[in-house]
Amino acid sequence: MSVIGTRVPRKEDPRLLRGCGRFGDDFSAPGQLWARVVRSPIAHGHVRRVDLTRVRRAEGVAVAVAAADLPAGLTIPVRLAVRGIDLSGYLQPVLAADVVRYVGEPLAVVVASDPYTAEDAAELAEIDIDEAPAVLDAAAAAGDGSPRLFPAGNVAADFTLGYGDTETAFGQAARVVEIQVAIGRHSGVPLEPRALLADPDPRTGSLAIYGMTKVPVFNRDVLAAMLGIDAALIHVHAIDAGGGFGVRGEFYPEDYLVPWLARALGRPVKWAEDRAEHLVAVNHSRQQSHRVAAAFDATGRITALSDEVVHDNGAYCRTHGIAVPELTVAMLPGPYRVPAYRGRVRVVVTNKTPCGTYRAPGRYEGTTAREQLLDVAADRMGIGRLELRTRNLLGPGELPHRRPMTTLGTDMVLDAGDYPALVAAAAAEMTRLGYREQAGRDAGTGRLRGLGVAVFLEKSGLGPADTADVTVSETGAVRVLSGGTSLGQGIETVLAQIAADALGVGPEAVDVVNGDTDLQPFGTGSWASRTTVVAGNAVHKAACAVRARAAQLAARMLEAAEDDLEVADGTISVRGDPAVAVGLGDVARAAAPASPYLRPGEPTGLAARRRFDVTHMTYPYGVHAALVEVDPGTGRVRVLRYLVASEVGRAVNPALVEGQLRGGAAQGIGGALLEEFTYDETGQPQATTFMEYQMPTAAEVPPIDVLLAQAAPAPGNPLGVMGAGEGGISAAGAAVASAVRDALGLTGGVARLPLTPQRVRVLADTGRDSDAGLP
Amino acid sequence: MKDMHRISLRVNGREHELTVEARRTLADMLRHDLGYTGTHLGCEHGICGACTVLVDSGPVRACLMFGVQADGTEVSTVEGLSVGEELSDLQQAFSDHHALQCGFCTPGFLMLAEAYLAERGSAGSGAATGDGPHAPTEAEVRELIAANLCRCTGYQGIVEAVLATARARRAAAGPADGP
Repeated sequence: MSVIGTRVPRKEDPRLLRGCGRFGDDFSAPGQLWARVVRSPIAHGHVRRVDLTRVRRAEGVAVAVAAADLPAGLTIPVRLAVRGIDLSGYLQPVLAADVVRYVGEPLAVVVASDPYTAEDAAELAEIDIDEAPAVLDAAAAAGDGSPRLFPAGNVAADFTLGYGDTETAFGQAARVVEIQVAIGRHSGVPLEPRALLADPDPRTGSLAIYGMTKVPVFNRDVLAAMLGIDAALIHVHAIDAGGGFGVRGEFYPEDYLVPWLARALGRPVKWAEDRAEHLVAVNHSRQQSHRVAAAFDATGRITALSDEVVHDNGAYCRTHGIAVPELTVAMLPGPYRVPAYRGRVRVVVTNKTPCGTYRAPGRYEGTTAREQLLDVAADRMGIGRLELRTRNLLGPGELPHRRPMTTLGTDMVLDAGDYPALVAAAAAEMTRLGYREQAGRDAGTGRLRGLGVAVFLEKSGLGPADTADVTVSETGAVRVLSGGTSLGQGIETVLAQIAADALGVGPEAVDVVNGDTDLQPFGTGSWASRTTVVAGNAVHKAACAVRARAAQLAARMLEAAEDDLEVADGTISVRGDPAVAVGLGDVARAAAPASPYLRPGEPTGLAARRRFDVTHMTYPYGVHAALVEVDPGTGRVRVLRYLVASEVGRAVNPALVEGQLRGGAAQGIGGALLEEFTYDETGQPQATTFMEYQMPTAAEVPPIDVLLAQAAPAPGNPLGVMGAGEGGISAAGAAVASAVRDALGLTGGVARLPLTPQRVRVLADTGRDSDAGLP
Repeated sequence: MKDMHRISLRVNGREHELTVEARRTLADMLRHDLGYTGTHLGCEHGICGACTVLVDSGPVRACLMFGVQADGTEVSTVEGLSVGEELSDLQQAFSDHHALQCGFCTPGFLMLAEAYLAERGSAGSGAATGDGPHAPTEAEVRELIAANLCRCTGYQGIVEAVLATARARRAAAGPADGP
């Protein structure tokens, strides 16, 4: 039986449970110094002076630098460039020189003997900023009268995706429904803050880096280009990471500053951010407002869909460029049959922390908008909410469905599945688990119950490629050198299962190294629910190649035909004669230099490197359902039950997939009810501790039911896998919004997430006219 | 001029003597002066609980306590839970119930739960006779672990792991629960 599909215990667990994980701040080097970043206390203004005189005089300070001390003109490049839109005028400098554009923007950096000294010294910096009006509302910032953040204006990009004749369809519709939905500014906020150690080797000019995760090869190349050195001189080491969720591991200003300082000083430099810094420095996400509309025929079938999105990007375009707004409008039609579509998005800069991806970027936002629209439309047309969706879902006979658009540079081909079947299965599961019965029950003391449902389409397995090396050593141990990175998702276990399956060994025999740029110089990292799909299939190909090579050598050793051999439990034997056998370790020895079994010109070692290329993404899908209880007096919303039904093609390790779905749902509930980065009118961030930025605890997250579907293997990869990292969160905002709307009996939409007590009270009081939007 | 103090304490049964600055947190002292890097810092303002350790058997947030305050105490950290490579029952339950993903918050949850389970086990003679404190309920365990933050798991596995360990310890200590 294949080890793929089994609940193998995680390989990561023992070290993490024993406190032996090695996270960013756990790395130190002899003689290291500590860096502290001086950040702007002002949201918008011209920098008159950054005086570091007193900082430099402080005891224990090695160096303090401002923008003028760095090579001129350094900005952080875009990693994901799409649609050929030039963002060069909106990139973030490593240190602000003339203008600051958000509170928390790096202005200077101090290096001292220990972190306490560095933090004290950084306080001595004298900063003089001529304060300008803070631009905080994206819609207003897009208008002509707004103060400008950049010479080219506040709209960094304005583009439209779509197909078909929406104008005619809306003109001839039996019914048009339009609502406005805003999504609050929140983000990944992994529990481990960022940390970085750069250790230079003066003998060779090389640099060892600990702390770059997610896309270490890309970051190595960016750093090499910015430092003007060869990428081979930079070795990014594999480390444990305390959660990624999109934000950790992108290239930030500190990723240049710390290595540059280490080289300049000829000493190891370490930096560990605190939580207050993290909440203003690391990518924010999600903040958008949608004006979304659908045209229906008399039978409730969608004839056209349109969306006008204002994307609040914060102060700069960072590494993701405009990928999030692009994905928002590209994925907005979701799993539905949409004959004509038009999605326009304006990417607007504001004096807030810059934005990037957060798990299910664009889909959390767009799914909330679209599914709220369908709820409102269903009520207005007198059609059941699920029935309206079922009428409009693409059927299994319509897949693969080519949507005449592109996203992230790929054609959109919805590859496989049976959307209506999963919606029906989820509906049956809701009944079986008692959701409907509990929703109808009187909650007592004036509390209101509501049941919400939302359907999502995800995307996963973005290419273009990943590379893996699989090596068998003379003890029979298998080593996988993967281009993925370990962010806490359990990918070491998953890749070990894939290699074990192909090689006919147990997963305990496989060791996986992720994210080391010397060991795997061609890795493309872990993001976009791509690792199991792309890196996983690369491991599968490499392991299959090793197995074939092992069989070839074993045939020589056993003097048997390759076709007569079978591989099981790390042993290659002659079929029907198990005594005639060699172990994989024996075969590895037979592949050593000077082995008599090696023919002239053959490579030494039992190993293979393979690349897996993909041109199209694969599209998972699913359904979320939420049962909530609303107290209209306090505005408090409690999530009582939550269901995620998700198609993943094939679950390599079902326990880990369920964990991804549950964890994603918990985060999504946070974004729907609790988490928001707010600002005062001068642009001062109001959520700079975990007192204000409220992440859900065990008291806010209910047990999450999971319906894991494996009915639609992805046709585009040998393993048949779809990504599973984002389906748990994709529709969580939509499902909670749907449930609150149901509980309050709104005729319009909920208008805005998160549904904080204050907003819910307003909805409860004025709810039957909620289309007007809320502050 | 730094305000330095000479202190001694036991960590996981081992004696340590060191000189520490008055303002240095217990967490930084454990991590950077004594090398117990299993204790993690997630917020440094007492909310997330990742730095939870036991001081004289009680859970504390090591970011909210100064190292000098631990003078003369017995501190337990995650490194002390297992014997060699052998996981404790609670650690094994965390793995069995998929109670961790990135593992950064895990040491804090383990120490919090360990203190809770130990306290319940020693409360009266209940654990030994089976007629003392009732077995922890899911609601009680949820309330307990709501003290800490986990960003990966959604908490379900953590709740299950703590409940399973409580059940197993009660079963090992004496007769099964009554009806």
